[in-house]
Amino acid sequence: MTIKNVKKRWKDIPIGGVIVEPKTSLRNKTGNWRVQKPVFHPERCIHCMLCVPYCPEDAFIVEDGKLKGINYDYCKGCGLCASVCPVKAITMEDENVEQENDEK
Amino acid sequence: MNPKEYSEKERALYSGHSSCAGCAMPVVTRSALASASEYNIVASAATGCLEVTTTIYPTSSWGVPWIHNTFENAAATISGVESAYKALSRKGKINKKYKFIAFGGDGGTYDIGLQSLSGALERGHNFLYICYDNEGYMNTGGQRSSASPFGASTTTSPAGTVHKGKEQWRKDLMKIAVAHNIPYVAQATIGNWPDMTMKFKKGIETNGPAVVVVLSPCILLWHIKPDEANTVSRLAIDSCFWPLYEVINGRYVLNYDPGKRKKPIEEFMKPQGRYKHLFKPENRHIIDFIQKRIDEEWEELKRRAEFDKAYIKSNSESEKQGRN
Ligand code: SF4
Ligand code: SF4
Repeated sequence: MTIKNVKKRWKDIPIGGVIVEPKTSLRNKTGNWRVQKPVFHPERCIHCMLCVPYCPEDAFIVEDGKLKGINYDYCKGCGLCASVCPVKAITMEDENVEQENDEK
Repeated sequence: MNPKEYSEKERALYSGHSSCAGCAMPVVTRSALASASEYNIVASAATGCLEVTTTIYPTSSWGVPWIHNTFENAAATISGVESAYKALSRKGKINKKYKFIAFGGDGGTYDIGLQSLSGALERGHNFLYICYDNEGYMNTGGQRSSASPFGASTTTSPAGTVHKGKEQWRKDLMKIAVAHNIPYVAQATIGNWPDMTMKFKKGIETNGPAVVVVLSPCILLWHIKPDEANTVSRLAIDSCFWPLYEVINGRYVLNYDPGKRKKPIEEFMKPQGRYKHLFKPENRHIIDFIQKRIDEEWEELKRRAEFDKAYIKSNSESEKQGRN
């Protein structure tokens, strides 16, 4: 997790602790919280988009009305998406197993 | 709004916030902001999980102007913002149209912020108040609030040999809001997403104050698994623990009646660890008591809605005749 403006000194901080830039939490990569990992199976997906509003992390990648995948930078692996998907196009797997596979 | 339309909208609450995995609160907030996406929005929030997790200094998850003041005055703060906006637009200093939303948890709404909410509703500011009700003070470690349900174990109403969880019935915020004679009050939960976003939209389009109370399952307090927020809130609807209804200009409208498929309250309680102690055989009478009271409240609500249905019908008929 890197926060770009760590070098700011106290004089640079806005009065009253105001946060002047919007959307800055995008720097906090919450993906490293994951214990379980949702795996997307595009061949089963009917693109109903039900999973998209139910994701607390807003981690779904949608392009041209089609679900393209999951942004693992932010996904916390809660499994809510898998629980709402009507066709089981998302399954939960153990994060560690996956990572080991990735590393090989 | 359906999920497809939602998926094409620009989000106004971004990733990288620090709420627990599977928390329903970001779902509620993001859906609310998406329902209002046609308008320019200014949001305020009471102290609570939402404020703490979305604005970790120096970062913010918000894509709309957002203001936080203290625990008790989300509604008072937004009243001030709305009044300033009105004054400035009268003077021609602001030309864009804005809408205002205040968010509060159950602690910041049912308990600590109740009088500031009441004041704002009575003054008739043009804003939407959304209470995401997770039934406890979660940001400080799970204390009971006046929204915690009867029998639930919390850190300040723990279940033990003498006390069996919270011993008071939960406060009915809906009735309190309705008593202010405001144009729109509604109850929703994430388990029925289209219904919830419909209510947000109605609320934001209401001219005058509107309140939407949303049941928002909490992973920690309710002791549920991170993927159960949706299923549990569906059970809350089906068991009539959390009926879906609106009160429009003082008239009750029931949005969903499970009818014969109404589930026993146990089914709602079973997946939740905070009710575990009630499933011991010696505590059976507590569940029976809760069931009885839920049934009574549900019947009362149905009667109310039935009565108002006739009224709304006759009213619209006489309106039609008046026009002829
Ligand atoms: S597991 Fe949770 S955080 Fe990850 S994509 Fe699914 S709903 Fe979003
Ligand atoms: S809920 Fe399932 S089928 Fe629908 S878009 Fe998501 S992954 Fe695809």
